[in-house]
Amino acid sequence: MAALNIHKGATSHSAYDLRDPHSQTIESHTLAVLVDNEAGVLARVIGLFSGRGYNIDSLTVAEVDHSGHRSRITIVTRGTPSVIEQIKAQLGRIVPVHEVHDLTVEGPSVERELGLFKVSGKGEKRVEALRIAEIFRASVVDSTLESFVFEITGTPEKLDAFADLMRPLGLSDQARTGVAALARGA
Amino acid sequence: MSRQMTGARMVIEALRDQGVDTVFGYPGGAVLPIYDEIFQQNDIKHVLVRHEQGAVHMAEGYARSTGKPGVVLVTSGPGATNAVTGLTDALLDSIPLVVLTGQVPTFLIGTDGFQEADTIGITRPCTKHNWLIKDTDELAGTIHKAFHIATSGRPGPVLIDIPKDVQFATGEYVGPKQIETPSYQPAKKGDLAAITKLVELMEKAERPIFYTGGGVINSGTAASQLLRELADATGFPVTSTLMGLGAYPASGKRWIGMLGMHGLYEANMAMHDCDLMIAVGARFDDRITGRVADFSPGSVKAQIDIDPSSINKIIHVDLPIVGDVGHVLEDMLKIWKARGRKTNSAGLQQWWVQIEQWKAVNCLAYRNSETVIKPQYALQRLQALTAARKPYIATEVGQHQMWAAQFLHFDDPNHWMTSGGLGTMGYGLPASIGAQVAHPDALVINVAGEASWLMNMQEMGTAVQFRAPVKQFILNNERLGMVRQWQQLLHGERYSQSWSDSLPDFVKLAEAFGCRGRTVSDPAELDDAIQEMLDYDGPFILDVLIEKHENCFPMIPSGKPHNEMLLGEASTEGAITGAGGALV
Repeated sequence: MAALNIHKGATSHSAYDLRDPHSQTIESHTLAVLVDNEAGVLARVIGLFSGRGYNIDSLTVAEVDHSGHRSRITIVTRGTPSVIEQIKAQLGRIVPVHEVHDLTVEGPSVERELGLFKVSGKGEKRVEALRIAEIFRASVVDSTLESFVFEITGTPEKLDAFADLMRPLGLSDQARTGVAALARGA
Repeated sequence: MSRQMTGARMVIEALRDQGVDTVFGYPGGAVLPIYDEIFQQNDIKHVLVRHEQGAVHMAEGYARSTGKPGVVLVTSGPGATNAVTGLTDALLDSIPLVVLTGQVPTFLIGTDGFQEADTIGITRPCTKHNWLIKDTDELAGTIHKAFHIATSGRPGPVLIDIPKDVQFATGEYVGPKQIETPSYQPAKKGDLAAITKLVELMEKAERPIFYTGGGVINSGTAASQLLRELADATGFPVTSTLMGLGAYPASGKRWIGMLGMHGLYEANMAMHDCDLMIAVGARFDDRITGRVADFSPGSVKAQIDIDPSSINKIIHVDLPIVGDVGHVLEDMLKIWKARGRKTNSAGLQQWWVQIEQWKAVNCLAYRNSETVIKPQYALQRLQALTAARKPYIATEVGQHQMWAAQFLHFDDPNHWMTSGGLGTMGYGLPASIGAQVAHPDALVINVAGEASWLMNMQEMGTAVQFRAPVKQFILNNERLGMVRQWQQLLHGERYSQSWSDSLPDFVKLAEAFGCRGRTVSDPAELDDAIQEMLDYDGPFILDVLIEKHENCFPMIPSGKPHNEMLLGEASTEGAITGAGGALV
């Protein structure tokens, strides 16, 4: 299946898009949105999602080109195929939005999230937490006699798994960045 | 050449450079420096409104009747919030507007200052784009960019919020040609392969239909011309949404009337039964589609639209073409001609036989009366007495709006101003003034209901002050007619709050505003009353007391498909042979 590459002004449905437009299956898609880093641009994007009733599972944003004042917003959203197409078209309509990429259908991509997990405990539980952290290649970024803060990078699923394992060992707090994603290859 | 000037002067300079001749506005503390500049020049006319909502609707009327962007200037806080309804109206109907709002000085922003509102935040969802200017050097360039964005692609309203200290400060003026090409450049040309595919479908179609909308009007008069040429050359029937009336002439051979909830039977049946639907600048609004699951089940659907988000939003189309209607129609016509001007003439002939049978149902029939004025009759007489003058028609929202769309005939684009998407009661009176200001010598009529009209009646003051001889044709049933109709049909005849009590005497009201009015209730005097309205040199309120319980038919009840229309009381046999004599 060919990639769906939605440029402004392009048709949003190519003849090679073989997904059933009437499907009611809910799909998760990761969208990369390149925007002018101007005042209010994030509010426009978020307002679009809340105003039109779309879902946001995670959203990250940072300036990626300081001289060109471009920011990259990575959004993980859910919806039926037609809703996903509509979200992309609506994003493309926002004036400071330059490009909208659907990384889920445009080919393979890497998705990473960073998480900080605080695990409080003593004795055997503390040792077990360290052991599991090692398996997950999480690093200790803060330590007291009764707690660790682990830093871990990976897919959201990996972070979920790590959190599940840490919960019985004294997971007391966590902070996650949301997904940053890039297409693989040149 | 460096040109230093104050922000306030820049506003005037930029508007002048953009060719603006008229601004609709209302002064206030945060825009006083700009008003001071307006005072000191004569190139740009300022129309002083009575309420900021009126200013925006006037600018809409100006924009729709000219094809140029409308310009509005209002103050901060309440000035800006009062403009919100107009902005939303313009966004839904794709009307190009540039709205300038004053703002408290930058150092007071965020302090809950006097007449401070988060105008950018409030108007973000109801503008195509908006800007807060914090540096006078940015002002002129932003105004030029604003005109570009308002008028290119799918048009819409934009807003520039200008703090008072930015207006006072001095900065560098840049002209429209000095700014870099804006990055916002929507594609105009459609994909030629897709257009060729559409032409192939057109050559074979047995039951084709052009379903046209406001996009044809927005694309410019050339697009309307191309649509006429294409429809007349192919012999395909043309229906239109409320927003697209006038793009193809009502007197044209291929015209089968407006479609939709209160559209014509033949138009809706043809939409339901067609085998090729060509949507041209129309967006499958819920007033058009009825029940989506049963919408035109057997057709191949092609859609031409400049906004990719309009495609596959509600109805899945088989052949989307993203581009400007005018450009795409031009290519379509060229390709169709180059391929030998082929159509399926046998199929088309059969199709027209079918359409004629639907037309024979006479869906607009109504029972006329010799004692009380029927709204349909009033509009037929208005049509008969004004058609030769090619009037600009504005409407308010409700039954009268639908009757106007059914009974008035539009032969030209840009002559019909109505609030289609938002359905804003109070739109028509100011819109008629805006159209009249743009066309001082033309006949401009607002077809109104009494309840809608009262919502912005203060603008009669504007009409009188600026000698805009707008004709207010009020179909007065002392009811919120459309609400009453729905309560009758859907809410067990419980008429909750849908009557207009304590109405003003419209004739005295006209006199109080310094113009003329007349009330008419006898069908025999109607022509004379309309003639008096037309002959009077100035704004006129004609209060037409009509049948109070008339319902608007035909009607697709919400949730029903096109082929399940209610044809109404008047389509029963007794009505058609009735004594009224003036049945259509």
